[in-house]
Amino acid sequence: MMLLPHEAMLAASQLAAPAAHPLDGTVAGYVWLLPLLPLLGFLANGLLSVTSAAHFGPADPGAGHGPAHPSSPAPHAPSDHGAAGDDHHAVARHRHASLVSLIGPGVLVVAFGLALAIFFAMQGAGEMKAPFIQRYFSWMPVGDLNIDVAFQLDQLSMLMVLIITGVGMLILLFSVGYMRDDPGYPRYFAYLNLFVFFMLVLVLGSSYPLMFIGWEGVGLCSYLLIGFWFSEKANADAGKKAFIVNRIGDFGFLVAMFMMFANFGALDFTGVAAGASQLGLGSVLVTAICLFLFLGCAGKSAQIPLYVWLPDAMAGPTPVSALIHAATMVTAGVYLIARSNILFSLAPVACLVVVLIGALTAIFAASIGLKQWDIKKVLAYSTVSQLGYMFMGVGSGAYAAGMFHLMTHAFFKALLFLGSGSVIYAMHAAYHHTGSHDDAQDMRNMGGMRKYMPITWGLMWIATLAISGIPPFAGFFSKDEILGAVHARHAGSTLDGASLLGVPGGAIMMFCYVLGLAAAFMTAVYMTRMMLYTFHGPNRTGDRERDHLHEAPWIMTGPLVVLGALSAVGGWFNLPSFFPAGRVGALEHWLDPVVGDGALRFTNGAPVEVPASTEYLLVGIAIAIAVAGIALAFVRLKPATLVPKTDAPAEHGFERVLANKYFVDEIYDATIVEPVVATSRGLLWRGIDVGLIDGFTRLLIQSKDDDSAPGSSVQMGGLLTRAVGLVGSTLQSGRVGTYAWVLVVGMLFVLGAFTFR
Amino acid sequence: MLAESLFFSAVLFTVGVVGVLTRRNAIIIFMCVELMLNAVNLSFVAFAQVYGASGQVFVFFVMTVAAAEAAVGLAIIIALFRHRHTVNLSNINLLKG
Repeated sequence: MMLLPHEAMLAASQLAAPAAHPLDGTVAGYVWLLPLLPLLGFLANGLLSVTSAAHFGPADPGAGHGPAHPSSPAPHAPSDHGAAGDDHHAVARHRHASLVSLIGPGVLVVAFGLALAIFFAMQGAGEMKAPFIQRYFSWMPVGDLNIDVAFQLDQLSMLMVLIITGVGMLILLFSVGYMRDDPGYPRYFAYLNLFVFFMLVLVLGSSYPLMFIGWEGVGLCSYLLIGFWFSEKANADAGKKAFIVNRIGDFGFLVAMFMMFANFGALDFTGVAAGASQLGLGSVLVTAICLFLFLGCAGKSAQIPLYVWLPDAMAGPTPVSALIHAATMVTAGVYLIARSNILFSLAPVACLVVVLIGALTAIFAASIGLKQWDIKKVLAYSTVSQLGYMFMGVGSGAYAAGMFHLMTHAFFKALLFLGSGSVIYAMHAAYHHTGSHDDAQDMRNMGGMRKYMPITWGLMWIATLAISGIPPFAGFFSKDEILGAVHARHAGSTLDGASLLGVPGGAIMMFCYVLGLAAAFMTAVYMTRMMLYTFHGPNRTGDRERDHLHEAPWIMTGPLVVLGALSAVGGWFNLPSFFPAGRVGALEHWLDPVVGDGALRFTNGAPVEVPASTEYLLVGIAIAIAVAGIALAFVRLKPATLVPKTDAPAEHGFERVLANKYFVDEIYDATIVEPVVATSRGLLWRGIDVGLIDGFTRLLIQSKDDDSAPGSSVQMGGLLTRAVGLVGSTLQSGRVGTYAWVLVVGMLFVLGAFTFR
Repeated sequence: MLAESLFFSAVLFTVGVVGVLTRRNAIIIFMCVELMLNAVNLSFVAFAQVYGASGQVFVFFVMTVAAAEAAVGLAIIIALFRHRHTVNLSNINLLKG
């Protein structure tokens, strides 16, 4: 901003006076405060983190001066760390911690309040067709490219803002209890505040580049928080994996932006939509843009083939998994497609790819979830699978259904993760009490937790029924709507007219519908399995540990109760017409000004009409499958026969393939990582570096010992090398600082010679 | 605006130079070099506002070279640390005449 010439500043200020908008002069003008609040929280907590490093123990345990972190990715008890016994540090730490607990969730409480106020202002403003765009300053005025820093407030971004600030607020409150005793407490909240800032920039940005800033920013925070306990190498590696895999997706996002600018001359959402509308249905250009955008989505939202980072991301603290890797960041890809609905509605082939990848991911991840033992891994694969559902929704043009599932999923998956966090917290505390080093996250070490944590048990069952699709819980409505949309568009839509690799679109949609149903069945099975093994049957924690298992404090169970209520009644936000227990299709109506035009284009302008009999049949099938899944799990799984992890036998056959996640990580390792390493080591290092360069140098040095042919050119070369070396070697002191001084003095000399000649 | 930007750029560059000259930790020196590069980038961008976009294009070249340099430089520092268990440059003076 500093660098702007006055003309550009003037132009920017002229732009800042938009045409009259119903939201002008309302509280919506304060939309800039939304991201600013968490940013301030980040700065404050970051400052506290830096200044309190002395009180909280060293920030870098790898430096070796100070007590080591306990390695388990679960909360630490106070006696484990810090300058133990030092009263001064204890008091200062306590004061810092209180301030951090106030600022961290506090900024989000205020931001959520503001978001609610803006939401009600939008409702009061009546029908709002055009987005409310606030321009702040010109960011990149280069030639034809002119990108403003501007926030766009419309129904879609408002929905995301409410989810991010609302669910984020609950998760941060939970974190106050969960992370309380961690030495990195202020750092944790600084990162989370920064994450919320970037996430809000992502959803509020009015152009693709600004969205990309948020996109990269949340990726950075994800990396920082996955590797939060970085002294354990596995955690640091998981962070790196997430970061690198996401780079592949970002490459797609960037290429898509280049193509947009080259062909539409604009990068803001309005300009791109206007440019794309000039193109015909199914043109190669728009298909390519959409496919590249979807590559970005596959990275960020963990779809095949780039999903591998998300299960590893569970190495971070559990509330981080709830907020970043379930409720908000990983849904950014779904948001991106809903935001680019005009583009995708023009590219049926790209949409078929989106639906197909979504469906394949849904069933693939769900099947892996069937055989995982780590409670967080089950939920991680469940998230990947549910994200697949969201892509099935937005891919088939049912944007409202996709966003609806995004919202309900944010409720019940956040609840499941926080609930599992609560369980892990109890397990870890019990193991800590007795000094045991067993795995606090392995379900084979749990069992019968219902007796010790009744509140968590009840709430997690609500979430389980919601994700399995049992009415009237939230997940039933959203999942059913997506499956219904996929089924409805297998005929009479632009998707039906298109074809993918020669396969007609209608057949693909029908195939995806069946995959979706199968994945729903597996979802019910693995979720019930998780509940049975964790909360039911006999307890396997250990005889001494059992006495120390108890419910988490209220600061942790409180947010769970709120999320439980939302998981139970979240479906009321968008009721289907066959279940008119309130306002039908509220969310769909709310999102209509943003995604309505794009959605209509899928069905050639006609609204989707499904005969009532078909609809009842589909709903019946969905419910029957969910009930069957839960029943199968109850009948087949016997928690009583389970043995603790250390005594458990190895799996065989297909079970082993599932438990090892289809060996996808191993396959990637063998086909991509190993060849790169082998090339670097064999060709670049041993071949070029050692063989060629060192070999050449050796040739020069050897020539000086070659006394067989005096006066030969080889020996002359050797003498010359030695003569030059004699002068050079006196200058070469080995101290880099001296070299830097010589360099600077020389540079000043040359500059002076030019200036004063 | 140009004058202010150039002044800021000069300040950043000087901070970088002083850092390189006075510090002994390889990583800090490395960061100071990056600071100097970015100070130059800043003046490129500032001039580009007046003389056209070629300055901005040049910034991308600088960034690319800086990224490559960061990869190689950090790799060297890591290798150094593994070998010597220090990144203090006063202790690393074997290569001399």
